[in-house]
Amino acid sequence: MEKHVLEEIKQIVSEERIFLNLAERYSYSYDASFGEYLPEIAVQPISAEEISQLVKLANKYRIPVYPRGAATSLSGGPLPVKGGMVLDMTRLNKKLVIDRENLLAIVSPGVITADIHKKAEEAGLFYPPDPSSSNVSTIGGNLLENSSGPKGLKYGTTKEYVIGLEVVTPTGEIIHTGGKTVKNVTGYDLTRLIVGSEGTLGIVTEAILRLIPKPQARKTLLASFDRLVDSGHAITHILSAGVLPSAMELMDNACIRAVENFSPSGLPLDAEALIIVEVDGHPTALKEEIKRCESICLQAGATNVRVAQNEEERMSIWKARKMVSPAITQIGPTKISEDATVPRSQIPAMMERLKEIRETYQLNLVVFGHAGDGNLHPNIITDKRNIEEMKRVEDAVSEIFEAAVSLGGTLSGEHGIGTLKAPYMEMELGKDGLMMMKKIKEAWDPHNILNPGKIFPEHGQTKVVLTS
Amino acid sequence: MSSLPSSKQISNLDGKAQKLFDLSYDATNQCVQCGYCLPACPTYESMGKESASPRGRINLVKMAAEGKIDIQQDLAEPIDLCLGCRACEVACPVGVPYGHILESAKEVIAEKQAEEKQFPFGDKVKSILLSSVFPYPKRLRFVGNLTRFYQSSRLNKVIRKGKIIDKISEPMAQMEKILPLLEAPAKRNKWGTTIPAKGETKASVAFFAGCIMDAMMYRTNRLTIELLTSIGCEVIIPKTQNCCGALHAHQGMMKQAKEMAKRNIEAFERSGADYYINNAGGCGAMLREYDHLLVDDASWYERAKEFVNKSRDISEMLVQYGPLPFKKEWQGMITYQDSCHLRNVQGVHQEPRLLLKSIPGATFIEMEGSDRCCASGGIYNLLHFEESMKILDAKMENVKKTKAATIVTANPGCLLQMRLGTERQGTSDQVQTLHLVEVLAEACELQ
Repeated sequence: MEKHVLEEIKQIVSEERIFLNLAERYSYSYDASFGEYLPEIAVQPISAEEISQLVKLANKYRIPVYPRGAATSLSGGPLPVKGGMVLDMTRLNKKLVIDRENLLAIVSPGVITADIHKKAEEAGLFYPPDPSSSNVSTIGGNLLENSSGPKGLKYGTTKEYVIGLEVVTPTGEIIHTGGKTVKNVTGYDLTRLIVGSEGTLGIVTEAILRLIPKPQARKTLLASFDRLVDSGHAITHILSAGVLPSAMELMDNACIRAVENFSPSGLPLDAEALIIVEVDGHPTALKEEIKRCESICLQAGATNVRVAQNEEERMSIWKARKMVSPAITQIGPTKISEDATVPRSQIPAMMERLKEIRETYQLNLVVFGHAGDGNLHPNIITDKRNIEEMKRVEDAVSEIFEAAVSLGGTLSGEHGIGTLKAPYMEMELGKDGLMMMKKIKEAWDPHNILNPGKIFPEHGQTKVVLTS
Repeated sequence: MSSLPSSKQISNLDGKAQKLFDLSYDATNQCVQCGYCLPACPTYESMGKESASPRGRINLVKMAAEGKIDIQQDLAEPIDLCLGCRACEVACPVGVPYGHILESAKEVIAEKQAEEKQFPFGDKVKSILLSSVFPYPKRLRFVGNLTRFYQSSRLNKVIRKGKIIDKISEPMAQMEKILPLLEAPAKRNKWGTTIPAKGETKASVAFFAGCIMDAMMYRTNRLTIELLTSIGCEVIIPKTQNCCGALHAHQGMMKQAKEMAKRNIEAFERSGADYYINNAGGCGAMLREYDHLLVDDASWYERAKEFVNKSRDISEMLVQYGPLPFKKEWQGMITYQDSCHLRNVQGVHQEPRLLLKSIPGATFIEMEGSDRCCASGGIYNLLHFEESMKILDAKMENVKKTKAATIVTANPGCLLQMRLGTERQGTSDQVQTLHLVEVLAEACELQ
């Protein structure tokens, strides 16, 4: 970094929040996905004002700027792929206000998502989006990636809960979008444009979130199936019977085996699939609903259905699901985690395609996910040092995306496009669709300063490359 | 800017980087960088940057092993600033052996420093203490006796009044204030003796005295033995035992640590006891990882495993063979600060709480963040005084909220640190800090 530029940065941010040495810079070179890119500088801003000035300076000197929350991203969102400046947003975390009268939370972007859950619950309220990393991830990262977790089926995704934002634009202006009202049709809905924009259109510096009353109770069951296709039917039948579960999770046989191997939980090793169904709401209604879910599962061919009788049993069912991620990483050191999503009715077909891909490429491909909203998480467990296998992984990943899109689905339900899925954007959106997005980006960010190298494929790039 | 290593960097790994690679590279690659460890890490919380987090440190060890950063220039400081509390291991969903990675890095850094003869002043003192004092029980006992002389001669009052130590070093002055009041040397149980159980003998146990505990907190050791005999344990004090080696391992002196481990295994095997009991969370964690320490030594590994299987913290023993013969009602509220190495490494956190709750009259109140490190960290508080105090002062705010009159700990380092916390908060005359054993003994009217 040139000296005079650095001097100007020091005029904006105090020196103890500027990192230049190699160890510090390497500490901002990764996230939870794939790849490692060394930034020239990392800065920890503590106000919208500082960020605005930094972004203006970045425009002046054409420095790429990469906002970063807790770096739990699975798609490469915060990776500084073109070097430049990482903005570590974790110190912009001072505001977390619950507005009970308006059912709102007003938060700084660096606030940990689980802290919002906690504060809302203390006030008898509920913020439903709950990505599995919510104990670690920042709300700013959740908003920009639009990551939602298992409750999307009943409660919708993160974007349904964001009604107002304060944003630093790619040219450094501070703007406000939306506001504190649930209804707002004044002009374009920039709030929704920013949410899920993966940090390419702006840096969120404050957000207004909707809260809802906390459900009074919940009931959970675990059903096992000998045939995958039966579990798919159980899922669709439950929904068409008028029951709207708050969560519906699916695990395939590879996941079941991995979990049992890692931390024995008494799961049936010979089952081809397990589903977890949770309903929430008024206690008397719940009794009825869980009973219906149970009988629908049995009718669909479940070999066993276990309804949790108390909180302890409920926790033990969820423990099996939560163990999936750690358990599968025992198979190999590199995890390529996808989140291709299909219309719910296509889940059995998608599962079938994934099975073929596993066999064709001879990979450790395991599948779990939020089946209720069609958001599957096919994970390939591999070792990035094994070049030959990584080539097969690249091909398999391409085929997973092709399968999802051909079934009327999408590349990503909640992890984002980032670096890994950028080459496939045209496949889903078409040339013109992608061009409209590009035009928006160019209009907002004429110098391509904010998070360059993400979402849009590089020239001639049509496939993910995982080997160097 | 591409960060991919040039082939030159990889092929030119120097000897130390290669050693780090051999010791830890596979372990660092187990980390999936999910970040679940971040909220568990006390230094990430206090310093607020990625390089002060477990994920950051693991990545830096990996970078050093790949030759991308320098061991001395880039890796040493972030590693040195780790407390070693290992709360990240409990939080880790994939079981990355952080303790192993940390000690590998420390070992290589220490060797590199020795090679380049770059010892900061503090390191020189540390190195003399570790190589010439801690391994020798008699020398340490001498230090203890000297301290007792210092305290009973009233010399300490003169020195404190004149703020003599303050002028030399603030951390040392703060530590001087919190030294435990020592018992007369005559009360020591002799090593090599066996103390019979009171009543029927239910088990035969060998007692691990520890170096600092034996020298500076002898009373706690004596009371530990009395509690054990009161529940029907015959107590042997193996004569040829020595320091557990934890301080050495944490400072990268693995060779010495291994030697001490072997001497202890021999000494305790000879006792023929059913269990090996210790009363210091930090030492216990080391003793219980002797199998990891000696994993490459075929002739010792099986013996180390047996040693580990028999090792117990005093609280586990008292719960298993209790109840204790309580004699009096406790006054006031009690709170408990976990010893990280007892909780995170040995997995013992319920037993001390059960014991405290079982004291007649006692009101136990759980402190927010009781499972988080107090930043004593062995001798971390001496080496990184300011960083340590930042974490401690935040913890003392939580102590205050409990309104407890007694803070209980299960490790000497934590005990002194928490006492320092009350001293800094100005509450040391209202809030006492005691070892679990001292509290239980008092409730049993053991003096």
